[in-house]
Amino acid sequence: MLAKSPHAALTRLFDEVGTVDCVGVEERVAKYTTRSIKKVSKVKGLRLATSMVDLTTLEGKDTPGKVASLCQKAMHPHPGLEAPQVAAVCVYPSMVRHARKALGSDTAVRIASVATAFPSGQTSLRTRLAEVKAAVADGADEIDMVINRGAFLAGDFAVVQDEIAAVVEACGDCALKVILEVSELETYDNIRAASFLAMRVMREGDFIKTSTGKTSLNATLGNNQVMLEAIRDFYLDTGIAIGMKPAGGIRTAKQSLHFLTAVKETLGDAWLTNERYRFGASSLLNDLLRQLEKEKTGAYQAPYYFSEAAESY
Amino acid sequence: MSRLPITKTPKPYVGGAFIRSESGRTFAVKDAAGNFFANIPQCTRKDLRNAVEAAAKAGPGWAKRTAYNRGQILYRLGEMLEARRQEMIDVHVQLGGPKGPVTKAIDTAIDRLIYYAGWADKYEQLLGNVNPVASPHFNFTVTEPMGVIGVIAPDFPPLLPLISLIAPAIVSGNTVVALASEQVPYPAVLLGEMLATSDLPGGVVNILTGFRKELVPTFATHTHLRAIVGAVGADDRKALELGAAESVKRTHFVPAEGVNWLDDSAQSLFAIRDTLESKTTWHPIGA
Repeated sequence: MLAKSPHAALTRLFDEVGTVDCVGVEERVAKYTTRSIKKVSKVKGLRLATSMVDLTTLEGKDTPGKVASLCQKAMHPHPGLEAPQVAAVCVYPSMVRHARKALGSDTAVRIASVATAFPSGQTSLRTRLAEVKAAVADGADEIDMVINRGAFLAGDFAVVQDEIAAVVEACGDCALKVILEVSELETYDNIRAASFLAMRVMREGDFIKTSTGKTSLNATLGNNQVMLEAIRDFYLDTGIAIGMKPAGGIRTAKQSLHFLTAVKETLGDAWLTNERYRFGASSLLNDLLRQLEKEKTGAYQAPYYFSEAAESY
Repeated sequence: MSRLPITKTPKPYVGGAFIRSESGRTFAVKDAAGNFFANIPQCTRKDLRNAVEAAAKAGPGWAKRTAYNRGQILYRLGEMLEARRQEMIDVHVQLGGPKGPVTKAIDTAIDRLIYYAGWADKYEQLLGNVNPVASPHFNFTVTEPMGVIGVIAPDFPPLLPLISLIAPAIVSGNTVVALASEQVPYPAVLLGEMLATSDLPGGVVNILTGFRKELVPTFATHTHLRAIVGAVGADDRKALELGAAESVKRTHFVPAEGVNWLDDSAQSLFAIRDTLESKTTWHPIGA
């Protein structure tokens, strides 16, 4: 009989999906920050990144008014710049109907909603599924769920997968993004293993996502790379293309270009679309617009020329 | 056995740190005898951009300090310069300044810091006002710092004008990105070392070294700079004013040459006013 300890379960999973060469990953991603992306290619990269943003507000103090202005920003990022619309707005379930009202029904901007007791996920499955269904009924196009990290670390992989499968079913036609919350998974090996567990019960067009943005450590080039390589290996095995969404801590346009470099050099051009790659971010959009304006005018821009900048100095 | 010389790498003071140019470029400076003196970082427009970011970050905290505290810190900067006065004089002389005038200029620079330190908690009483109005309003004007100020120092003398331009800008809570003398940049690097030990928060004063022709266009167009003050030649002045018109910033220039920086006329309450905004408030009073 197989041992039941978490350690033994993880070891068996690692044997199955392979482990990660930490030093190799760190060295690989350090190289991504050295690419020289200038002028035309920079503008193209910035515009692509803008089209991949999931413009996010996930705060206890969110109001319908704030969500409405976020939706305006998503549809019309900056007057006079002809910047593309962002991919989606990302809000709490209670704000989905307000977002739907602000966006209208015939818009390319999608509504993503975190559900399943975001960010901890610590309620009963029944409650979490009800939350997903409510968000879908209110008009969400995409659902961001958190996995059960406790069950993963305890080695109860079947529980993790069953819960994801249940949410997949509750989603219906909505795209699903599965948040691994990498900072609570501790190691690259665990991140890779959790990616595989999730992908095996997901559908083509769904995403895996790094983090909730509510913990200290968020998306880094390192864990982004581990997940991208998991997506690549899974795709080569099964032919199912899963998307990727780093979230939290990506604040500057330059960072976003580093992440896009990682995508280009790991998964190739097929993933350089907002169907398969997203940025979960709130302040990134303003910096992208600021850099686009700089490329257009040649003059460095003050942050307070862009809407919703908190800093006015 | 003779000791190996320990040579210093001069690095300008930006964002509370001593930086090399992001470009990695330097330019050589010779002393009065024509011997190699040092390689000075040749800062670029990206270094300027980074300096403005640092200045903007430091701004709110600096502006929130009490006027009294800003005065204390400016005085402390005067103390630091006084303590290294002889070193500053020696360096000026080594770089070709005549001893007598150099000593006078440095003493004046120190005194000028003390002068503006004294103004810190007094200028508001003179520049702010209660205005007479013909309606039931209490109408008053208070001053506010503008934000990030660009300072362009002339080539000569290397230190006194730089301090004369920086001090009145920061005393009211502005932060500064300054371009040091191109011909004699080392004293500004030395000043950076004193700024670092003067209780001045990092990022309030950022001093770049480099070539005027490379940096002036970016000073002119950077929209995050609220004002430019400096001593500039006619060509630079034109470029700066055109850029300032485009990005709507205030300018205040004096000629690059011929200004008597030693004179008392080079220090004034109105130099503080050059980088202040006035805010007027209409407060209803009972009928």
